[in-house]
Amino acid sequence: MITPVLEGIGSGVLGASEETGHFVFLIRSTFQWMFRGKIEWRQTLIQMARIGVESLPVTAMTSFFTGMVLALQTGASSKHFFNVPLFVGTVVSFSIVMELGPVMTAIVVAGRAGAAIAAELGTMKVTEQIDALYTLGTDPVRYLVIPRLLAFLVVLPLLTVISDFTGIVGGLFVARVKYDIPTTVYWHDIIDNMEIRHFVHGFLKTFIFAFVVSMVSSYKGVTTRGGAEGVGKSTTAAVVMSMVLVLVLDYFATAMLNALGIT
Amino acid sequence: MIESVGVVKSFGPRTILRGIDLKVEDGETLVIIGGSGCGKSTFLKCVIGLHSPDSGKLTVDGLEVSKLKTDEEIADYRRRFGYLFQEGALFDSMTVAENITFGLRYLTKEAPANYRKIATDCLALVGLKDIEDFKPSELSGGMKKRVALARAIAAKPKYILYDEPTTGLDPIMSDVINDLILDLQKKLKVTSIVVTHDMKSAYKVASRIAMFYEGRAIQVGTPDEIKGTKDAHVRQFIEGLSVGPIKMKLKEFDVDESHETAAPAAGQESR
Repeated sequence: MITPVLEGIGSGVLGASEETGHFVFLIRSTFQWMFRGKIEWRQTLIQMARIGVESLPVTAMTSFFTGMVLALQTGASSKHFFNVPLFVGTVVSFSIVMELGPVMTAIVVAGRAGAAIAAELGTMKVTEQIDALYTLGTDPVRYLVIPRLLAFLVVLPLLTVISDFTGIVGGLFVARVKYDIPTTVYWHDIIDNMEIRHFVHGFLKTFIFAFVVSMVSSYKGVTTRGGAEGVGKSTTAAVVMSMVLVLVLDYFATAMLNALGIT
Repeated sequence: MIESVGVVKSFGPRTILRGIDLKVEDGETLVIIGGSGCGKSTFLKCVIGLHSPDSGKLTVDGLEVSKLKTDEEIADYRRRFGYLFQEGALFDSMTVAENITFGLRYLTKEAPANYRKIATDCLALVGLKDIEDFKPSELSGGMKKRVALARAIAAKPKYILYDEPTTGLDPIMSDVINDLILDLQKKLKVTSIVVTHDMKSAYKVASRIAMFYEGRAIQVGTPDEIKGTKDAHVRQFIEGLSVGPIKMKLKEFDVDESHETAAPAAGQESR
């Protein structure tokens, strides 16, 4: 009775350990190729354009509405307590710049570009295109993984900055239309209370998220097995794992940045 | 010359190659036949270095693939081979010309200005023209195979490894591919290893045939020797009989054979 349960736990632990080991191995291999300076710049630029173009509309729209709903809630709450909508710009900007901008952008990009990476590399794996890369004298880590990692490291912070801005503009739209707050008041709320370190706090996190999303998506892609069904499973796993890791790492990154005084 | 002595390869608990002893002489075409899962493709991938043997010795021109260390050594080794994948494995995002010349950048010192001409020449060698700017999705199955063959010969390899070159093709296109293999043999003076189930193809292109069974080469001989063999396993296979010493258990075919065809995860084992 108890043996199958123990076997199940044991095989689960072994499977997870093996997967973690392979993932760490991929990260090591990635850094080894990068330190050898063998970077495919053309591929990196192609990936930057692809990730940026694919993700910009959806991240901008998401953050615009996030800013709008934040302004709506903040205005409603402060009106309830103080009879006037206070600090709408401050609450919207702090929430967006320090937390929601980086996290929402990373999650949306994981769902859009991360899924595309896992599906593309997964298809390449099951159709032996990755084996073909080896036989043609290059390494998939060098040709496929590093360009995607570098592209993410450049594009995700940029998308986050755009996302921060559109989120704040979304908040401004609601502040003006719904609560009749003058534009200058809204911006002064932000400028008077926000410092550069608040922006840096959110901005630094984007590099951690970029690394995690690109590596998880690439890993799930290059370890795909079993044809079309396998590609589907890898894509789903890449998106789910990326999103969960972004949220988990956000906590630890915030704690670390707070400890360093970047808050 | 390619020489395999006692090569063993396992994936987890499953041993695919159980001691392959085989020699491929320069200039010959060795055809490897055998049932699904007997280790044919795994052996081919060991030869090119996609898999490392667990034990035994596999040498190509005296070089042992598992002992290659530097990028230059590995590139020098890979430069000797062209590899035709079962489904072609053309890169979807690239044009035909880009596919054909992809390896030149990594395997040769050829100037990029010459790439277009090389692509056209290689296409001519496989009987195709004016498709340099097509994408693989615009080609038929037979054309894809021929483009993949053009890619395999672009870096002027000494050895060409064919993984089931006629699988999935109609009989006429299969024979076209067989003719191409023979033609390239004559024109380029290459040494070839062909993995196939197709006995018509095997008899046509082979200098010698090796029969794999349960991870071992159980018989090696000329096509005539194989045709006249007394070995019951080989006879059953070449005559395509369901009754005989080779037991085809349905369960065996249900097992995931990705171990045999898939390369390890990036950066794990492949070099």
